[in-house]
Amino acid sequence: MGRAVSRRLAERGDRLFLLGIDAKELERSAADLTLRGKDRDPVGFAECDLEDPACFEQALSLADAHLGGFDTVIVTAALFGTGERLEEDTVFAHRLLVANFANTIAFCELARKRLLSRGGGTLCVFSSVAGDRGRKPVFIYGASKAGLSTYLEGLDHRFRSEGLVTVCVKPGFVKTQMTAGLKPPPFAGEPDQVAALVVRAIDKGTPVVYAPRAWALVMFVIRALPRFIMRKVGF
Amino acid sequence: MAPLTRSTQPPGLCGWGRTHLPGAEIRGENLARLSEGRPLSRGLGRSYGDASLLASPDAVAVNTTLADRLLSFDESTGLLRAEAGLCLAELNRLFLPRLWFTPVTPGTKFVTLGGMVASDVHGKNHHVSGTFGRHVESLLVRTGRGVVVECSRTEHPDLFFATLGGMGLTGHILEVSVRMVRIPSTWMVSETHRVESLDELLALLDEKGKTWPYTAAWADTVTRGKGRGRGILFLGRWAEPHEAPPEVSKGGLSIPMPFDLPSGLLNRFTIRVFNELVYRSHFGKTRRKVVSPDQVFYPLDWVRNWNRAYGSRGVTQHQSVVNKATGREALLEMMGVLEKFGAASFLTVIKDCGEQGEGLLSFPKPGISLALDVPMLDRSKEMIHELNEIVLRHSGRIYLTKDGMTTPEDFRKMDDRIDAFLEVKRRWDPDFEFRSAQSARLFGIGG
Repeated sequence: MGRAVSRRLAERGDRLFLLGIDAKELERSAADLTLRGKDRDPVGFAECDLEDPACFEQALSLADAHLGGFDTVIVTAALFGTGERLEEDTVFAHRLLVANFANTIAFCELARKRLLSRGGGTLCVFSSVAGDRGRKPVFIYGASKAGLSTYLEGLDHRFRSEGLVTVCVKPGFVKTQMTAGLKPPPFAGEPDQVAALVVRAIDKGTPVVYAPRAWALVMFVIRALPRFIMRKVGF
Repeated sequence: MAPLTRSTQPPGLCGWGRTHLPGAEIRGENLARLSEGRPLSRGLGRSYGDASLLASPDAVAVNTTLADRLLSFDESTGLLRAEAGLCLAELNRLFLPRLWFTPVTPGTKFVTLGGMVASDVHGKNHHVSGTFGRHVESLLVRTGRGVVVECSRTEHPDLFFATLGGMGLTGHILEVSVRMVRIPSTWMVSETHRVESLDELLALLDEKGKTWPYTAAWADTVTRGKGRGRGILFLGRWAEPHEAPPEVSKGGLSIPMPFDLPSGLLNRFTIRVFNELVYRSHFGKTRRKVVSPDQVFYPLDWVRNWNRAYGSRGVTQHQSVVNKATGREALLEMMGVLEKFGAASFLTVIKDCGEQGEGLLSFPKPGISLALDVPMLDRSKEMIHELNEIVLRHSGRIYLTKDGMTTPEDFRKMDDRIDAFLEVKRRWDPDFEFRSAQSARLFGIGG
């Protein structure tokens, strides 16, 4: 989904800087975005590992240097694991919780401080519908996202008046590399479809965006279900 | 990478003609890693038959469509390097406004670069520009035992020529370098002519091919008697700047076909009615207009999933190229076979082909190409066999991308390059890791 969003932004002329874990892949993605860019503006990149908070500050500085001060930060990175794997592998579960919750928040804190120091900007972070309610198949992954969503909501309340726009994206099931190989449920989205919604939300400053939109209704219903039903169902 | 769950509904993978076989596919952004240990790559699945389907029910194919990045583009030479999963529709969208276009386009834009290489696609300009492979400079291929190789006409040419048109059997195509062509504007001049008979169609196709870069004809193969083989000739060329509107042409709108039509809706009677309507709707002999490239190249793409019109039984396509000298006789004989089986081709396309492709299994060669779309019948296999006998009699061969039912014996007789291809395959894929349902059927590989 990050790829789809960044392509849309590049094609409309936004200047970009990429952060990620694999330098080789980043280089190729940067080349792709540069070629698609409206003005062929070279897209910069730097390695940054969500599991290594020590690298966050430097990565953000490099981004600032390349872009002459960024005004929008979009966080799409996260660890994912199926329910079975996370229930079995406590070590991996812990890694996931730290990366998706604590580290992502740490990154957001550094990013939002920079944005606030220059009068504001947009912080768009990909959470998930999995965080809307504790559910059998995704209770660990969902927990990491639930914490993140709450942080983002609080951040919005706290700093919007100071110019910081927080956008929390909650994708339902989207057919990407992360979900490759899993059987898609109904309302499964395509990355480009989600990207369109995300870019519009960034432009408008929408605080919470479900993607595809049908998931807003789906989660509304799921949140309303009584506990004894949640104990019985498989989702 | 997420673990794989085999979906059981709908089970398996489908060819464009709705041929259906068990199997699963996995997709991801890192094609090099994902293709490790997998028997076949699959793009957008536009092959009609079993070319992109798996040879064994437990196998998993690699869907390349998420590996779609542009890697480099040289504005002075037009040389583009991209990942094999890039879709032609996307390539057109990005490059048409910059006045660059693919040197060869097939009849649909919903194909991947890898697929275009593996099928060594040809288009309406085959008589002047040859196949897509002619414009490909180099390929990055994952061959047997994990060996990833950059090949071209000068580096490992044997692998290069076996991969062009090689239906994915030499390995996974990871990256493609192709020379794009400069175009004068984003619009095209299109001319159409109504022709009264097969003879007139073939004569005009030949004559117009001398001055028009893009030519093809639709033919009515159901009407008998004098009108047999009547149709419409389509001609196209890029519009010069002074002929074109100033704004960039817009891609055609496309609508999805939301459900399957009942099988059997397209039959000899309804198709005859359809043909009559199409023929008559072309008022006047000749029409010329300035149109978007989508209208010239992709008239079928405006209904996405148009293959659903054939219902769940699907369609069988037969495309062959036969000797030019006896082309007319061959076409008439094939129409006779269709009639004999009570079948009718919904969409019949006739094209004059130019130079043979460089790929070892490349389809086109000088002659006349006839493509027939026939709703699947019980006796389709028999009918295909009889059509193939005609092809053989006229020194022709069939297009593997459309094929799903030709027998290995018939195929062997059509193509004398098979042994050379298999020799190269043995060299680069000694364990025969790469196989498809088609390779199992035609070469006994994988079945």
